[in-house]
Amino acid sequence: MAQAPSQSELQEGQIIAPGHSFGTITDKIGSIVQARRTPKRWWTGFLIGFTLMMLLFLTIGNLLARGIGIWGNNAPVGWGFDIVNFVWWIGIGHAGTLISAILLLLRQRWRTSINRFAEAMTLFAVACAGLYPLFHMGRPWFFYWLLPYPNTMELWPQWRSPLIWDVFAVTTYATVSLLFWFIGLIPDMATLRDRSKWWIGRVFYGILAMGWRGSAVHWHRYETAYLLLAGLATPLVVSVHTVVSFDFAVSIVPGWHVTIFPPYFVAGAIYSGFAMVLTLAIPLRKMYKLEDFITDTHLDYMARIMLTTGLMVAYGYGIELFMAWYSGNVYEKGLIANRLIGPYRWFFYALIACNVVAPQLLWFKKVRYSPWTLFVLSLIVNLGMWLERYVIIVVSLHRDYLPSSWGMYSGTGWDWSMYLGTIGLFFACLFLFIRFLPVISIFEMRTLLPEAHVHTEKEAKP
Amino acid sequence: MIPQELPPYGLVAEFDSAQALVVAAEKARDAGYQKMDGYSPFPIEGLMDALGHKANILPLLVLIGGVVGGLIGYSLQYYTSIYSYPLNVGGRPYNSWPMFIPVTFECTILGAALTAVFGMLGLNGLPEPYHPLFHVERFALASRDRFFLAIRAVDPKFDLIQTRKFLESLGAKEVTEVPQ
Repeated sequence: MAQAPSQSELQEGQIIAPGHSFGTITDKIGSIVQARRTPKRWWTGFLIGFTLMMLLFLTIGNLLARGIGIWGNNAPVGWGFDIVNFVWWIGIGHAGTLISAILLLLRQRWRTSINRFAEAMTLFAVACAGLYPLFHMGRPWFFYWLLPYPNTMELWPQWRSPLIWDVFAVTTYATVSLLFWFIGLIPDMATLRDRSKWWIGRVFYGILAMGWRGSAVHWHRYETAYLLLAGLATPLVVSVHTVVSFDFAVSIVPGWHVTIFPPYFVAGAIYSGFAMVLTLAIPLRKMYKLEDFITDTHLDYMARIMLTTGLMVAYGYGIELFMAWYSGNVYEKGLIANRLIGPYRWFFYALIACNVVAPQLLWFKKVRYSPWTLFVLSLIVNLGMWLERYVIIVVSLHRDYLPSSWGMYSGTGWDWSMYLGTIGLFFACLFLFIRFLPVISIFEMRTLLPEAHVHTEKEAKP
Repeated sequence: MIPQELPPYGLVAEFDSAQALVVAAEKARDAGYQKMDGYSPFPIEGLMDALGHKANILPLLVLIGGVVGGLIGYSLQYYTSIYSYPLNVGGRPYNSWPMFIPVTFECTILGAALTAVFGMLGLNGLPEPYHPLFHVERFALASRDRFFLAIRAVDPKFDLIQTRKFLESLGAKEVTEVPQ
């Protein structure tokens, strides 16, 4: 095994440290999975996630026994933490698909070292998101009523409802993300199978590799399939958050019934997703010393995307305020007044501070090249995006048309425990993924090396 | 029972760079070999051409998969809203096609994506737990940093001695006979 090069040789704009060969890339990523000992820090992280996941199961058990009355949802505010968290999680998921699909189509080669765990993040975030509407149903054992199937009640889903579109959008998204992630893993499974010194490893990774052997014919079809999937996932990811925004925009609630919602939601989703990728990437590269592959340049690029989408989101907030005034509609104006000076005004100001003011620091190169500042900023943006959904949902619902039906809302302890629980589920799954599957795509990293590119006869004889 | 002696699967030659593999594949193709395949730890652009293989039909299958998915999605909504349970919702037409677009779109994507993944696996013949090449010990490096060219015994031009000499002349590090 050759000596891995040091971080100091890395220059700005380089997306892989110099001095690597196909072998050192394979060993560096493979050894995270096939290590002799599991690092203590892994155990610490996993156990925290696992404990919080147990809190989730406790909450769900209580919820099933006693019903959703244990949550804070009430008569004017029928959607509370459950929908806030659903939109928050599904938004986080979007960066994974953006990195793996859209950046692939745009030939952004720096995506290579972050796409694998961003896709895993997508899957786990979508799993967390899916729990909320499921348990919000109250009787989740009847979830299959959402699906079109011939039944003795002779009923069909209401196709004109965005909630049914949501079912199709989210299940399609989860399926396609899983497939995309899985086929990306196949060649790396073959690498781990062939590297494995232990028969259990060979069997485990051998089954997942499905007999992959790197044949040129296979690679050719594989690349075609991967590119087509990227092309399919790109409109899909845009459609998913568009449909999520339709859940609001198709209704007639003031503050929801606006046409800017779809693009504004998609930008917000990418914004929060990149924030979460940074939240995960910075400690991960530290923990496993992956600075060779996830370089400061990567963090810089991600920070720039965060800044761009953050500005789009800020534009969205501005347009919301402007349209309410410009519409001349008394209810829209009332909603904005309530947002700015009503009982939940501090949520709104905190949201502006987190999502609009704080990210302006990203204009400075020094900030973009300082990992721990970026880490703190990414946490702030994650919080800000949660507040955004809280403001959109709770503040719009608690006071709509009739003052007689106004009310207040706050999450209960069980709302918080469910939220913390899904964070636990997310991190427990993520730590298991880091331990058992290659966290960076090994075969795609190999293609970053200059010796991966060949000159063919055709080029020689034009 | 004594196992019957089977003819070999073919010969496999090991190269230490992607460039060497592509050059060797081009020479083997020009020498008239057809039943051959290259193996590498990452996709190599131009290797398919060098091996003389043709383009694949996967994109066409994916297009069909997408169209079928979309048709299923729309006809499901059409059938249930017009024939099975016509329901007047706010005076909207039974066939409210603009409202049927999201589900049709998602079904199109789902049909195409499933076809892309399972079509790729199916055309590649995966999962395939057994393959003769796995007998070759050094072949494990095909998923690491080595490049292989295999010529199968079923090739009309294949001759155990001549083909081995030919592969060695291409600069192969090692040429191994692969049992069936």
